[in-house]
Amino acid sequence: MDYIKAFLVGGVICMVVQAIMDNTKLMPGRVMVLLVVTGGVLGFFGIYEPFAEWGGTGASVPLLGFGNALWKGVKEGMAEEGLLGIFKGGFTATASGICAALVFAYLASLIFKPKMKE
Amino acid sequence: MEVNKRLYENYVKEITPVHSRWKNLLWAFLVGGGICALAQLAVNSFMSMGMEKDAAMAWTQMLLIGSSILLTGFNIYPKLVKAAGAGALVPITGFANSMVAPALEYKVEGQVFGVGCKIFTIAGPVILYGIVSTWVLGILYYILSLWNIGW
Repeated sequence: MDYIKAFLVGGVICMVVQAIMDNTKLMPGRVMVLLVVTGGVLGFFGIYEPFAEWGGTGASVPLLGFGNALWKGVKEGMAEEGLLGIFKGGFTATASGICAALVFAYLASLIFKPKMKE
Repeated sequence: MEVNKRLYENYVKEITPVHSRWKNLLWAFLVGGGICALAQLAVNSFMSMGMEKDAAMAWTQMLLIGSSILLTGFNIYPKLVKAAGAGALVPITGFANSMVAPALEYKVEGQVFGVGCKIFTIAGPVILYGIVSTWVLGILYYILSLWNIGW
């Protein structure tokens, strides 16, 4: 059941973004920034977390979930350390993902050769 | 002048590739949904190995990032992006792809200005605006909670 839910939730999010891209000619970079910021804002209003609980990876894997994770980190940091936590929380919550992406991407850039554009 | 403009507009219309909208949407739905369903499989597998949910989520995220970087290296993920558009860009795998693809492409420009700078071409703005916006929201939340407004 949670597979179907993840498939549907993730699929619909991607489909909506595709519709936005088709109608606005927004570049992928701008779309990604918009998604992360939107996820943060939805997290702030307490909307995204219950949605993520329900939708599982369908909600956490899209970049909206990355924005929500940043906000969750800020909020948890604030609960623990007050103002200082606001500065630490976002990076703490996303550290493993960003570190993995940087390390793996760097290693890949050493190993692989650039491909010609088709 | 006016005629030229019209000719030019027609020309632009002619050479702009026309994708079938419904096909685009269907591809985005299937690929995006597929990636999320696979991620759910990974989370469930990690949890059945006795991991906490948060740890399972973190490992799944790293697994997705690693896989898409590997697929980008073998030039498979870019093809998926071309076919599925947002279906391949919106999941975290698209974020990882956006780091390694330009890093590889500009590798010849050196370790610092090639790989080092280009790895952040898209990830940089994403991290910047993500961090800044949630920081601002954090400050807002902090002020509101001083007035006992919170949720």
